[in-house]
Amino acid sequence: MKILVCISHVPDTTSKINFTEGDTKFDTNGVQFVINPNDEFGLTRAMWFKEKQGANVTVVNVGGAETEPTLRKALAIGADAAIRVNRAATDGFSVAKQLAQVVKDGGYDLVIAGRESIDYNGGMVPGMIAGLTNANFINNCIGLEIEGTTAKAIREIDGGKETLSTTLPLVIGGQKGLVEESDLKIPNMRGIMMARQKPLTILEPVEATAETTSVKFEKPAPKGAVKLIAPDNLDALVDLLHNEAKVI
Amino acid sequence: MESTEKDILRGGQFLVKETNCDDIFTPEDFTEEQQMMKEAVKEFVDRELWPNKARFETKDFAFTEACMRKAADLGFLSVAVPEAYGGLGMGFISTILVCDYISGATGSFSTAFGAHTGIGTLPITLYGTEEQKQKYVPKLASGEWFGSYCLTEPSAGSDANSGKTKAVLSADGKYYSITGQKMWISNAGFCSLMIVFARIEDDKNITGFIIEYDKNNPNGITLGEEEHKLGIRSSSTRQVFFNDTKVPVENMLSTRGNGFKIAMNALNVGRIKLAAACLDAQRRVISESVKYANERIQFNTPIASFGAIQQKIAEMATNCWVGETATYRASKNIEDRITIRQNNGKDTHQEAELKGVEEYAIECSILKVAVSEFTQKCTDEGIQIFGGMGFSEDTPMESAWRDARIARIYEGTNEINRMLSIGMLIKKAMKGHVDLLGPATAVANELTGIPSFDIPDHSTLFSEEKSIIANLKKLFLMVAGAALQKYGEEIEKHQQLMLAASDILIQIYLAESAILRAEKLAKKEGEDQVKEQIAMAKLNLFHAIDIIETAGKHSIISFSSGDEQRMMLMGLKRYIKYVNMPNIIELRNIIASKVIKENNYCF
Ligand SMILES: Cc1cc2nc3c(=O)[nH]c(=O)nc-3n(C[C@H](O)[C@H](O)[C@H](O)COP(=O)(O)OP(=O)(O)OC[C@H]3O[C@@H](n4cnc5c(N)ncnc54)[C@H](O)[C@@H]3O)c2cc1C
Repeated sequence: MKILVCISHVPDTTSKINFTEGDTKFDTNGVQFVINPNDEFGLTRAMWFKEKQGANVTVVNVGGAETEPTLRKALAIGADAAIRVNRAATDGFSVAKQLAQVVKDGGYDLVIAGRESIDYNGGMVPGMIAGLTNANFINNCIGLEIEGTTAKAIREIDGGKETLSTTLPLVIGGQKGLVEESDLKIPNMRGIMMARQKPLTILEPVEATAETTSVKFEKPAPKGAVKLIAPDNLDALVDLLHNEAKVI
Repeated sequence: MESTEKDILRGGQFLVKETNCDDIFTPEDFTEEQQMMKEAVKEFVDRELWPNKARFETKDFAFTEACMRKAADLGFLSVAVPEAYGGLGMGFISTILVCDYISGATGSFSTAFGAHTGIGTLPITLYGTEEQKQKYVPKLASGEWFGSYCLTEPSAGSDANSGKTKAVLSADGKYYSITGQKMWISNAGFCSLMIVFARIEDDKNITGFIIEYDKNNPNGITLGEEEHKLGIRSSSTRQVFFNDTKVPVENMLSTRGNGFKIAMNALNVGRIKLAAACLDAQRRVISESVKYANERIQFNTPIASFGAIQQKIAEMATNCWVGETATYRASKNIEDRITIRQNNGKDTHQEAELKGVEEYAIECSILKVAVSEFTQKCTDEGIQIFGGMGFSEDTPMESAWRDARIARIYEGTNEINRMLSIGMLIKKAMKGHVDLLGPATAVANELTGIPSFDIPDHSTLFSEEKSIIANLKKLFLMVAGAALQKYGEEIEKHQQLMLAASDILIQIYLAESAILRAEKLAKKEGEDQVKEQIAMAKLNLFHAIDIIETAGKHSIISFSSGDEQRMMLMGLKRYIKYVNMPNIIELRNIIASKVIKENNYCF
């Protein structure tokens, strides 16, 4: 089984978020980048398929050279090969188009992407890859098993779970549940050393135009101080909820 | 261009030679691979150790052992071990880096880690025969076995060569029988291998042995109860009793009577590793302290807005950064020297490593003393920032403070290391490896000559600071040169003088390292981008001058009189002169405001 894991290079969740150029660009200054958490769950599940079922795992990212440390971390964790499509990840559609090309050229049976990346939270890429490559698609995937060409997947739905059966080739939008946080792998020292010897191929992008562009970013208003209301002063509480918080 | 042995500074030579900022290694120079190693180690600590910090305070030795196994699974125990023996054969900087970042959460784990990978494994990788290495090192590298190092005895602590443990050869010449008592042995409770030092007959020097330990087949070995300690509470520390313990003759390490040398060389590496092991502990204490200071409100404002707290944060950050700078600078020198010695074909890897580290034994002692004292101060101020909460077991400051205390005691007390640093320097000078006398004479001539009245151009970054560093070196040479002339080899008996000289030496090494790192950074990033680092280098130099002035004065007055004394005191004044003295309150504000804004140690 050939697996392709799509890896997004995103700011660490503890990063301070700022914008530049008149709030049109994310300020990467001093920001530490990591593997997108949803992708890391997927990568860890892919490593399970590698260990238990002998799958071959390639990781891919659409981005500039600055994303290579993130790909090399995925190699250190155990992926067999990495691909970087040399194009800035401007929008969901053009990224999906690059990834679809990689899928077609590589003949992958299973494509594991994250449900969404935690930077721009577009959530479009996995579905688009499936559309562009004519593969089955399961989003919000929290469990996946493969037998031959049959896949059994569990999908998170409102207030419950749905178990599905489908066939390869398959694209999933994965999330926590595919594996748990405690299953995530810390790259071991040997893995880090081996990563140097594994192939990291750089591909030139295929033609794609951005169908959407971001115009402006805004940060949520800063949290105010907590207000304490005496338990017998219900009127004041109602007044604050109605007029200040505007929630009732 | 590849550097040759001649290009890189020899141990102790920093004192008589100038170093270019491009020639020092700094953490900014970590390769991508090293960066990844650092992240992996931090992830391990954040996941496995830090959340369990309280558990390490409950004397849970089994938990420490379990964490060591997890560290082994991730390959952290095998970083420095040559590939031929199941290790990863990584360079010295990588070794130091792992040691640094793995030690931040608790002294209990860092002691277990240090005792195993350092003094528990190194004597075999550095001195073992091929058979010994094949037999034992892979087990230690994989964590199948843990190692301990049994040097100290009830009556032999700092005087390590005075141990009473005996090794007696059997009548058939096949084994030695070891009898004696060892004390304060880290990892004793869960080790399978002991490096034991014992005396054969009435030898002048002790001899090293590799002894296997199997609880079910103890071979005359019994363990004392766990010691109840101020800190590092989940690090196993026990006495070890040997009663007619039989060791095959092939388990002797190196040759008869070479044990003291082995012990000392293992300790050289141990010392720089201990310095590294005190770094991330400081980073974490600073980060926790600044987070608390930003949240704790008194007088209606976060305490981080008070100058008194900002002063502490600035000083803590500066010490941490300076210690880190000097540690990685020396690590690179060691790594280069090992590589060069190995590449020149004369040395095996083993010899190269041994000589590479031995060369910088002075720096290793300097770092051990300086960084262990920084971490002590840092944890102390950490408690102070937390106020009453800092004194409570419920915050991480209390245990950090207790854990920090041991670093000034083991791997040679700081007194012993201070004296060693000067003692070794004198020996190097006598061997002609570092020319102290030439420069010392030049300084004496300079003092009696007419001082230059040229006004130097101090308009570029650090030009004055660098000339001050050069002057501080002169000051050291003046004091040490005169003291040596007066006392000759007897100088070792004048301990207070040795300690003072060592303080000067330590401050010079740290101050120079810090200035060079900030200069290198400024060249790369621009002065504006690194104004905090520039401020730290200047603040540190400012303090260094104060310490050096005091130590210099004490020394000069202790051994000189009359005209000679007057001349040296004048020299002292000249050499510590700082014309464009920075406003240190401003410097502290620059440093503290960055740390407070980032809410983290961020350098
Ligand atoms: C928790 C812990 C773990 C340890 N782990 C190990 C281990 O794994 N293996 C091992 O072999 N040892 C270990 N040690 C022992 C440690 O290395 C010794 O405690 C240390 O070397 C000091 O020896 P001592 O305790 O006998 O003190 P002493 O030597 O009695 O020193 C007492 C004081 O006198 C000073 N002093 C001693 N001699 C001189 C001198 N010549 N000039 C000036 N001042 C002097 C010292 O600096 C100190 O201040 C450990 C100790 C502790 C507490």
